[in-house]
Amino acid sequence: MKEIVIEATDIVKVLGEGAGRVDALKGINLALAGGELTLLMGPSGSGKTTLLSILGCMLTPTAGSIQIRGRATTGLGSEQLARLRRENIGFVFQSYHLFPTLTAAENVCLALDVRGEPLPAARRKAEAALATVGLAHKAKSFPRELSGGEQQRVAIARAIVGDPSLVLADEPTAALDSESGHTVMTLLADIAKDPKRALFIVTHDPRIMPFADRVLRIEDGRIAGDQRPGERKRGARSLKLAS
Amino acid sequence: MTLFLTLASRNLFHDRVRLIATVVGIVFSIVLVTVQLGVFLSFQDMVTTMIDHAQADFWIVPAETKSFEDSSLLAGRERLHALSVDGVTDAIPVVVGYTSWRKPNGGASKSVLLVGAPITAGGLYPWDVVEGSRDHLSMPDSVAIDRSYAVQLGVAQIGGKAEINNQKARVVAMTRGIRSFTTTPHVFTSLDTARTYLGVPANKANYYVVRIAPTANAGLVRRRIAASLPDAEVLTSQEFRQRSRLFWLFDTGAGAGLLGSAILAVIVGTIIVAQTLYSSAKDHLKEFATLRAIGSSRTYILKVIIAQALLSAVVGFSMAAAIDLALVKATADAALPVVMTPGLTLGLFALTLAMCAVAAVSAIRVVTRIDPVLVFAQ
Repeated sequence: MKEIVIEATDIVKVLGEGAGRVDALKGINLALAGGELTLLMGPSGSGKTTLLSILGCMLTPTAGSIQIRGRATTGLGSEQLARLRRENIGFVFQSYHLFPTLTAAENVCLALDVRGEPLPAARRKAEAALATVGLAHKAKSFPRELSGGEQQRVAIARAIVGDPSLVLADEPTAALDSESGHTVMTLLADIAKDPKRALFIVTHDPRIMPFADRVLRIEDGRIAGDQRPGERKRGARSLKLAS
Repeated sequence: MTLFLTLASRNLFHDRVRLIATVVGIVFSIVLVTVQLGVFLSFQDMVTTMIDHAQADFWIVPAETKSFEDSSLLAGRERLHALSVDGVTDAIPVVVGYTSWRKPNGGASKSVLLVGAPITAGGLYPWDVVEGSRDHLSMPDSVAIDRSYAVQLGVAQIGGKAEINNQKARVVAMTRGIRSFTTTPHVFTSLDTARTYLGVPANKANYYVVRIAPTANAGLVRRRIAASLPDAEVLTSQEFRQRSRLFWLFDTGAGAGLLGSAILAVIVGTIIVAQTLYSSAKDHLKEFATLRAIGSSRTYILKVIIAQALLSAVVGFSMAAAIDLALVKATADAALPVVMTPGLTLGLFALTLAMCAVAAVSAIRVVTRIDPVLVFAQ
């Protein structure tokens, strides 16, 4: 039995009010288990980013509840939610969001520094995380000196350096070429092998479907499909990113 | 260096144009404040220089005297009254008055402040005599001037002649560093010569410098002198200083003007720094949103902004201090030099830090309200 890392129950999110009111999410029920890579796909405006924001504790639902490793987030203030994020969640963004004035190692270190981890220990862990994504040799490079794929790998290192139980990724391959996208997805799939960690990726990119253990489809604020494609098909042989 | 400091310093030095704007704002503000406060301090010291150099336990001054330079004549009986009080060892007359000085080669006359006192009594006489001799002032028509006014007064050396109030005068001594805070030079002479130049009757004076025995009860002596002199006041040197400073610094508006300009400089500097920190925070909004998204507390983000502000303060203050030192050196011989004391330097540094911290408020308001969801916006 796989461990449930995050559970969303009857999530409703209303954005705006009056004439501008939008029912972004209309009762989402979802549980993500450790050791699984889940893709969330759907057309623009279907509620993907809103759901990602709520699962990432950046946005509070209008109704419904979230539990992360059994801990309810309802009623928590912004500082408590920030603490929950830094202790449990790693983020990978489409635009990487690396700090241009920090080196790759410092960017990774930052995720530990905000947790108050002593700098020498943080540096060691950052170097290990960069080694995991194959960029140990680029530790002292600034983002402008890295390719898009390398920047995204640094962002992945930053997401995993704190050993989070949940990694949320927003279109991680959208800004990358096929080869870089493949490398990044291979990495993320490896990270998802950890049974204590769930990986949730919002994407438009059908080329990364072979990496998924589970594919959710969202339409008009509701989960319209929940499939498990069967055996994972990771790796270059089964992926035709160029197609 | 902890990472928030690294981030703050790199963000600061990364954008050089903005850094220059910030530093210029701080330098402009702090140099202006230094000049105003430095001149204020200098002015404060210079308006009491005569009182500081008189060897007085008390001063008998005409009632409602506002400053050393602006005094009427006492009635004339004060000296005897003072000497009749037990514990008083001396009451030395001092005559002060503005009069005209005409250069030896003629031309327009110039106003001078004549200070006359008995040369041997030790009440108030020229100090730091660097040419000639103070003792020569006991000769008729003899005066002492400061070397810095030699050209202005048309007397290049000892023995030079001029006219004071249409009467002959001869320079027998020159001092160094007795500068007036106005454009009117001080001229020292003996009591009798001063009375002659100013037309003061022989029994009259503007002040009496009272000296008492070391064993005397100062408070009691002062009360007894004051009780017998209803038209005069008996002041300690500290009280006379305070009164002179209040008059020159605030009654004339000169000091208030200097302080007002200093406050204005701080406000302008704060606004410039606030504007640049604010625009810097706006430009780095996505970075701060990312920090918030990966779980940083508001305090952590505040530390980045405050560190950025304080680093700006340190850089700006260092440059301003270098300019200030040059200004102090350049104005050392001016009528009103810019004075820089260790206390003022420390105070200015604290002011710079406070100014930048206050300036950071607008940036802090921007970043603390930031929504981490911003990281998903493309």
